[in-house]
Amino acid sequence: MSTANFSNPVVRWIDHRLPIFSFLHHEAHEYPTPKNLSYWWNFGSLAGIMLVIMLVTGITLAMHYTPHVDYAFDSVERIMRDVNSGWLIRYIHMNGASFFFIAVYIHIFRGLYYGSYKAPRELLWMLGVVIMLLMMATAFMGYVLPWGQMSFWGATVITNLFSAIPVVGDSIVTWLWGGFSVDNPTLNRFFALHYLLPFVIFAVVVLHIVALHRFGSNNPLGIDVKGPQDTIPFHPYYTIKDMFGLAVFLIPFCGFVFFAPNFLGHPDNYIPANPLVTPAYIVPEWYFLPFYAILRAVPDKLLGVLAMFGAIAVLFILPWLDRSPVRSGKFRPVFKIFFWLLFLDCILLTWLGGKPAEGVYVIAARFATAYYFFYFLIALPLLSIFETPKPLPKSISESVLGGAGGPAAAPAAAKEKA
Amino acid sequence: MAEMEEGATRRDFINVASGAVGAVGAAAAVWPFINQMNPAADTLALASTEVDLSAIEVGMSITVVWRGKPVFIRHRTEEEIKEAEAVDLGDLPDPTPDAQRVEKPEWLILVGICTHLGCVPLGQKTTEPRGDYGGWFCPCHGSHYDTSGRIRKGPAPANLPVPPYAFTGDAAIRIG
Repeated sequence: MSTANFSNPVVRWIDHRLPIFSFLHHEAHEYPTPKNLSYWWNFGSLAGIMLVIMLVTGITLAMHYTPHVDYAFDSVERIMRDVNSGWLIRYIHMNGASFFFIAVYIHIFRGLYYGSYKAPRELLWMLGVVIMLLMMATAFMGYVLPWGQMSFWGATVITNLFSAIPVVGDSIVTWLWGGFSVDNPTLNRFFALHYLLPFVIFAVVVLHIVALHRFGSNNPLGIDVKGPQDTIPFHPYYTIKDMFGLAVFLIPFCGFVFFAPNFLGHPDNYIPANPLVTPAYIVPEWYFLPFYAILRAVPDKLLGVLAMFGAIAVLFILPWLDRSPVRSGKFRPVFKIFFWLLFLDCILLTWLGGKPAEGVYVIAARFATAYYFFYFLIALPLLSIFETPKPLPKSISESVLGGAGGPAAAPAAAKEKA
Repeated sequence: MAEMEEGATRRDFINVASGAVGAVGAAAAVWPFINQMNPAADTLALASTEVDLSAIEVGMSITVVWRGKPVFIRHRTEEEIKEAEAVDLGDLPDPTPDAQRVEKPEWLILVGICTHLGCVPLGQKTTEPRGDYGGWFCPCHGSHYDTSGRIRKGPAPANLPVPPYAFTGDAAIRIG
């Protein structure tokens, strides 16, 4: 640990006994960070800030919410109409979920493109996938709480996924419900878990950061930091960059919160839950749509569920599917093509997930699902063997000083500057 | 960078200015999260209670609920009124004449919460202890109130408060 010299004697006294200030100085101030990080590296901290926003708004909403089938819907309406600033806090929470997923999905695609999942960051990546899974469970249960039509039928459909499990499926679903349909016991336990899981996410985020700081951030070149000339201190260079990125990110977020708060939601969720009538179109929130499209693409109940969960499970083994020693997609000409196809494929799956499950949509969803798995299970392993990557720059420093001329032009450019 | 007169730089100015704007923004963002704990609109809307007094006999007391708190209504006897009016104000820890605490002398209306630590004093029923002064007695820490609800003995610092109320008829009031 560094021997930071604090001028304040109280800080020094505390730090000698509890080295919290040294720790913060080491991990958030002098922490050496690659000096070539692009704005794609902002989304980790943005996701962290969204988690804090969700925790703060969520805890305040829980002060007014009643988890009971007879009162839940009305208590949410009371939050909207009567509680001071309740409308604002709820709209921040609702749209915050979407923007949390936006930040996390961009963060994941950044990791996919720049090979951030590769050695020695496999556990860092896997912890990230755990966070995403926990987020999905939390978001799903949160959507149930207002007890509108979409809440109720979303809960019914998603819990019924488990009935696909052979033999014990029905018992598991009854266990999840605490009864024979989605009802008050289900709502109560979903509220308890929706309150709990964000703190579990917080804990896994801490592990994610511990794992990150072991080797430091990956970077757009995907090459290792060679020495101090390749890094700059985290503070003030990246704290200020993260804050600037936050300000930009908050503009569209506030745009939704204040001008289109229900754009990403579904109007049917403002109809109180009715266990006897299913709405004509059941769609999950947009961030679940790609997985929903995969589920519906498979014409078999069990296999559909397996494909959906498999789409996430495959991310866990990704570090061992892509064996190419080159991390950054910048230097992998063929990988690049497959990567951008995957990106478009996920957009397509999102769109298809929101369409009715019939005709050409199902056919398209099958091709899109096939490509998704093809990318991870076939394309990446084969590319690791057959692709010839472009030459890597010798170091981050050399590449940065070389400017746009690339690695070959670097020495010449350096001379010119000198 | 140009040095200003007192040695402050433009950068110092930008730092302080952006810090100040940031602090104002943070305060504005935090306020809704504090204010949401204040009473909501529906809570405020339920802040008055109407009471029909016609069924209350002389000497009888009832307790009604106003804003979630007990309100004592006592139809005082002639003796109780006389007793309350006769007290020398110099004997009172919280000196207030009885006339200031009632609209009509026979009707005494009080918030029934001890001003010490918030217990509900005894004395609404004739069978309950009414303390040394015939009003109310708080069993938590032994405060005695008289027939005007004024503190006479014990740790409570002030008289039982009189809620805002108005007569809407000869024997009907609205509290709040």
